[in-house]
Amino acid sequence: MTDHPSPSVISRYAGGDLDLDEATLWSVEVHLEGCADCRARLAGSTPEDVLTLLDRVSNGVDQGITAGPAPVPARRRWSATRHRWLVWQLVPWLTMTAAVLACAVLLQVLEPSLPSLVLLLAPVAPLPAVAVAWSRGSDPAWELIATTPSAGLPLLLRRTATVLAVIIPMLGLATDRTGVSLALALLPCLAFTTTAIALGAFVGVRLAALGLAAAWGSVVAVPAVFTAHLPVVLAPGSLGVWALIVVATAAVAMTRADRFLRRR
Amino acid sequence: MRTVSAAETAPTTHPWTVHAEGLRVRAGRHLAVDGLDLALGTGVHGLLGPNGAGKTTLMRALATVLEPAGGKLTLLGESVDGRADLRRVRRGLGYLPQQFGFYPRFTVREFVEYMAWLKEMPKSLVPGAVQRAIERVGLADRAGSRMKTLSGGMLRRAGIAQAIVNDPAILLLDEPTVGLDPEQRLDFRELLRDLGTDCCVLVSTHLVEDVVAACSDVVMMHEGRILYQGTPDDLIAQGSAGDAGDSPAERGYSALLRRHRAEAGR
Repeated sequence: MTDHPSPSVISRYAGGDLDLDEATLWSVEVHLEGCADCRARLAGSTPEDVLTLLDRVSNGVDQGITAGPAPVPARRRWSATRHRWLVWQLVPWLTMTAAVLACAVLLQVLEPSLPSLVLLLAPVAPLPAVAVAWSRGSDPAWELIATTPSAGLPLLLRRTATVLAVIIPMLGLATDRTGVSLALALLPCLAFTTTAIALGAFVGVRLAALGLAAAWGSVVAVPAVFTAHLPVVLAPGSLGVWALIVVATAAVAMTRADRFLRRR
Repeated sequence: MRTVSAAETAPTTHPWTVHAEGLRVRAGRHLAVDGLDLALGTGVHGLLGPNGAGKTTLMRALATVLEPAGGKLTLLGESVDGRADLRRVRRGLGYLPQQFGFYPRFTVREFVEYMAWLKEMPKSLVPGAVQRAIERVGLADRAGSRMKTLSGGMLRRAGIAQAIVNDPAILLLDEPTVGLDPEQRLDFRELLRDLGTDCCVLVSTHLVEDVVAACSDVVMMHEGRILYQGTPDDLIAQGSAGDAGDSPAERGYSALLRRHRAEAGR
């Protein structure tokens, strides 16, 4: 970049001299890209007909810009992120879960003699939304998504994270209002979510979620309401077992990631 | 204009982009593709066949949506049956399903951007690639419209845009011309010829005319197998004046089907 090309070379370049050899041509062009002084010299030595041509082109471009469509206004950055995390189909299901939890809180305030309904509902609270997030019927674009490299466990986990991000604050609020332990609501909730995903590797997430919810309802929740005693699995001593289930099922799901590549 | 990576210019080590041997694929309980042999290279391949021939099932198996029930299927030199890792193959895929669902609240640009993101394109390339894909299908003036406000033909074109956004090595288009008006179909043929120069395009259609006009190769399916594979000119040569059809290609198509059914009936 130290040697400026001589003015005669620049004027020959500007005039489109065919005798200028390619090596010189290239070095002149590379130099012009980085040197404003030589570009000014080039503009000064450009022949008249080239200048009129350039004027005509620049006028044409200006006209095209004024006549063409306006540039797209800059969008809010969060709109793209929002689409990646949230599937609109989840909204009604999450609303339903919120309504059910609110009813549970209300019932518990009105009928303190019943076992904690919030605790009984917490494990299955995320399951409907998780099932919907990963079923063919409720995701209109599933066939398009199924052929992309992101399809599979990462996408399922991303959508599950969205569900949990909404459900966990709800549970926090519900346990706060009714005065029961947050850990006893959260750990079973997480355990059921990871178990649904791990079982989903074998039977499909939707079936796994439905089966788990039905099993919990018939074996634990409904008998607990009738006997009016909180079952032993929801006693503070069982927290370690729930944590173990979370870790074990999460590990199973990770090792079976290939089973999620094709959606069942 | 875009930067070409070293991986793209590396010589391929596989003879065919799409290679199926004795492929069997189930659609529900029914074996819709049964012992199919197919080898496709670069170019535009038209997939013809009567309803129920297994075209859509074959397309879905090639798109890695359905798992093959038997036989061998190799895409871009990688086997995609059983427990194979599909991510690398899927990065080179573009797919337009026959009935494609979408999120109605997305704009066309958001939809194509979302698909580009799902296809794991580098972040810096996405805006340019999305704009280029939308322009190639002629939807630039509706890029900001929500998907639910589009007409059937525009939706189809938005679907084609998402399929080509990642410059796929294998492009699978299932009935792409449904809902397109005659002028758009001509534009679409032009786009197909353009895409076919460096990509393996498989177009399933009922319109024999589209195949003859835009395809370099014709594949005909019947009852889950390949009935015929050849050039459009070969297809035309199969027909004679006595066969059903309004154009030479249609006569060739019906002659092939009739001959096959006669052989099967014997």
